[in-house]
Amino acid sequence: MINKIVPSAAEAVKDIFDGAVIMIGGFGEAGSPIELIHALIDHGAKDLTVVSNNTGNGHVGLAALIENRQVRKMICSFPRTAQSVVFPELYKKGEIELELVPQGTLAERIRAGGAGIPAFYTPTSVGTPLQEGKEVREFNGRLYVMEYGLRADFALVKCKMADRYGNLIYNKTARNFNPVMCMAARTTIAQASRVVEPGDIDPEIVVTPGIFVHKVVEIPNPLSENQLLKENRRYPW
Amino acid sequence: MVNLPKGWSNEEIAHKIAEDLPDGAYVNLGIGLPELVAGQIPEGKEIIFHTENGLLGVGPPPAPGEEDDELINAGKKPVTAIPGSCFFHHADSFAMVRGGHIDYCILGAFQVSEKGDLANWSTGEPGAIPAVGGAMDLVAGVPHVFVISSHTTKTGEPKIVKECTYPLTGPRCVNRIYTNLAVIEVTDKGLQVREMAAGVTPELLQEVTAAPLCF
Repeated sequence: MINKIVPSAAEAVKDIFDGAVIMIGGFGEAGSPIELIHALIDHGAKDLTVVSNNTGNGHVGLAALIENRQVRKMICSFPRTAQSVVFPELYKKGEIELELVPQGTLAERIRAGGAGIPAFYTPTSVGTPLQEGKEVREFNGRLYVMEYGLRADFALVKCKMADRYGNLIYNKTARNFNPVMCMAARTTIAQASRVVEPGDIDPEIVVTPGIFVHKVVEIPNPLSENQLLKENRRYPW
Repeated sequence: MVNLPKGWSNEEIAHKIAEDLPDGAYVNLGIGLPELVAGQIPEGKEIIFHTENGLLGVGPPPAPGEEDDELINAGKKPVTAIPGSCFFHHADSFAMVRGGHIDYCILGAFQVSEKGDLANWSTGEPGAIPAVGGAMDLVAGVPHVFVISSHTTKTGEPKIVKECTYPLTGPRCVNRIYTNLAVIEVTDKGLQVREMAAGVTPELLQEVTAAPLCF
């Protein structure tokens, strides 16, 4: 019998090892798997490379993971936002590495990695500083930059509903990077606000097919990062 | 220092852009000033707004108390979704962008060159934390790129220049520039002024523009 449900976030992240490459879903707070990230902080794996669009807010979630010095390198498109304080400070001190990737290129690198495509050409960043050092090739009279597919050891994602096969659906713009990250990791771990029986999610509306997901943990009422920021909370509590 | 009229308000500039967008267009709005365009769409014109974090059919801001942390725009501000909207993941969202499916994007600018080069993501200051987001994908893939901006910086420096000194977002990508003083088309022959705000003369406009203008 296939049953990808695990009993707790701690159990879900227990195999994450030092030096792992981890994709973390979310666009800002929306879709960020905060309980899984906090479990990873408790677990303590370090020297991580994290692929995520942003670098977290305040002192919770991804920002707390960085603040706990578990992250060696960030691969992201927008490392500073209004509420991002931890990453900028470490970056200015030279204590964390950054690979800056245009947002669409980041999404496509992840998609390609998950789809078995090692590299591809994109018009994005041609003629800009982010093109430097990359192969450029002309197709039909236009220049394109070669970018590599990205894969990860683990992906941590957040969704609205899951079943024991790992089929997932998301909530509104909290979908963002989560589905492509599910495809690109050797082990994908999803936190779901609700776990339902197989068949309860109409096959026509499944967004992430269960084949891309390896572990599911039910987190019925995920924390609101927004609320935690308002309360000035820090993790570990 | 040139004594310039104030020109159009931000809302008036946004209104001009809204009037120039054709009915039925799919449009991506950048963060900040471009967001004003959404509020200026004339009655009877249907425009579908795209936000790169995965929504086609962005609606007006929610009423206070109705905000949803999981329904936001690219600037991470709460939005609503219109009836008939749809959600999708990031790779699909940027397939719409790079694949030329989005018709127009409206962006802010640090500098625009006379050739339509755009610099809007980094001032290249040493020690500054670089952040690019989706700007480079938008200018590489969207066929019509409009810039909305003040004509000069807060200190009066021209933003429309011969060559951008800031790092580029993309070369030769801007089609039209809307400022508080004028609407300027980027053409193969250079910058063509289409319209000027009340009280602005060609001489005044040229004085605050660091690239030759055609009138």
